[in-house]
Amino acid sequence: MSILDVRNLVAGYEPGLSIVKGASIHAAEGEIVVILGPNGAGKSSLIKAIAGLVPITGGQILLDGQDITATPAHLMIRRGLAFVPQTENIFPLMTVEENLRVSGGVLPRSEVAPRIDEMFQTFPDLARQRGLMAGSLSGGQRQMLAVARALMVRPRVLMLDEPSAGLSPKLVAQVFARLADIRQAGLTIVLVEQNARAALAIGDRAYVLVEGREAHEGAASSLWDDPIIAELYLGHRKEAS
Amino acid sequence: MSLQFLLDGLIAGSMIGLGAIGVTLTYSILRFSNFAHGDFMAWGAYGALVVVGLIGGSLPLAPLSFGLPLILAMAVAMGLTALLALALDWLLFARLRARGQSIIVVMASFGASMALRNLLEFLFTSSPTYYSRAIQIAQPIGMGIRITADQVALLLMTLALVTGMHLFMQRSQRGREMRAYSQNPALARVVGIDVDRVVRATWIIGAALACAAGVMVGILVQIRPLMGLDLLLPIFAAAILGGIGSVPGAVLGGLIIGLSEAAAVQFVGAEWRAAVAFMILMAVLLVRPMGLFGVAER
Repeated sequence: MSILDVRNLVAGYEPGLSIVKGASIHAAEGEIVVILGPNGAGKSSLIKAIAGLVPITGGQILLDGQDITATPAHLMIRRGLAFVPQTENIFPLMTVEENLRVSGGVLPRSEVAPRIDEMFQTFPDLARQRGLMAGSLSGGQRQMLAVARALMVRPRVLMLDEPSAGLSPKLVAQVFARLADIRQAGLTIVLVEQNARAALAIGDRAYVLVEGREAHEGAASSLWDDPIIAELYLGHRKEAS
Repeated sequence: MSLQFLLDGLIAGSMIGLGAIGVTLTYSILRFSNFAHGDFMAWGAYGALVVVGLIGGSLPLAPLSFGLPLILAMAVAMGLTALLALALDWLLFARLRARGQSIIVVMASFGASMALRNLLEFLFTSSPTYYSRAIQIAQPIGMGIRITADQVALLLMTLALVTGMHLFMQRSQRGREMRAYSQNPALARVVGIDVDRVVRATWIIGAALACAAGVMVGILVQIRPLMGLDLLLPIFAAAILGGIGSVPGAVLGGLIIGLSEAAAVQFVGAEWRAAVAFMILMAVLLVRPMGLFGVAER
């Protein structure tokens, strides 16, 4: 059974101007699902709409069978859905530790400090910089902090919007390796990416979004070799290889 | 040369700084300049006056000019002023904020300011009033400075409020949420921060501190419907000078404005008071456009 089930979702910032036009995706427990697509296909808007940040005008979102379609963004984390935005995904004027602490507001007070320690064990680089202002971290470390921040409250589904954006190939590899590690713990990951190669390498299943709805779906391993996808992604393929 | 202006400036700066904390929080969290903030001070001062009248006077705590009733009344008035701010937000600001144009909210705060002020004049007349008409004797403490017991008590109160406020912002979860929200409202929602709770905390803190500043002015100077309006410009100057969003910045900004105004009176002439404060503000902003404790906009 799917833990996340998005059915015919229609969403957009302005009434009558839908960016997501009836997209349906689902993710099984422990699965890494990749959402690919050309620029402007509505990938980012889809994931933001699921997170409660883009007004939804149609369709349904089920999390573990429960309808969460009209849930305000700040309650999503309580339902078990965490989101890492593409940019500005940390609080730059707070220390690394404060970033984690402020994200632990949903946890019972006594669990916050032990959970921060757990996150520092999972991300030892961050532990060494716990007292530093998050704004002074490098791009890769910021991305790690953003992921750690999202994991603070033990979500069931982690959604990431282009975690590779702005990172060097070496850092992209590190971030994706870390995501693959995290999945071992049974977490479901939904990943929007431009960097198709890196994402498909760790993904189980992938969708290709075109003009606001899913155009293709398939196993991540097979999708990369699909001639239609190769054509859609020719530019990226060159860039990636 | 008398160094009395240092003490005068410190006291004026404390009142300005307490007011500036509310302005800087409203600006950085609710994203608008609240021109009605000065009127929260006046309403707080009158609120304490009414409450102390209801409690009934008692002997002042010598050597202070006021006693426990006024301290209690101030605490009650801080709560009432917070309720006033929340009511105003519910009635006016929240509705306009939802439409997303901050200039409209700013203009509305001008209107609210006038309405609040005129209502005070209607209720209490525009003539000044006092918590106590007792004359306090200022004691010399050396270097030509004289200080009254009230001044000592109120400086200590300011120190306690500012320290408490700083610890609240740095150490408490609500304080962290307020800082997080001011840095990135969208991300704050993503990490599960309840915006309404942050907005409420902002109004409650800003209004309560404005009330404390108003009562302080009432004890040391006098209570008038225009008392808040008169302090509004120095308060905004202090908030901008310290760096929008920074609580320590607002307090330091308040002290700098207060001290420079007092120094201007001493060395240049009383009519130059406001001009000197604003020249310092402009000079600092030319060197550090983000204010002393502020950070550049992303």
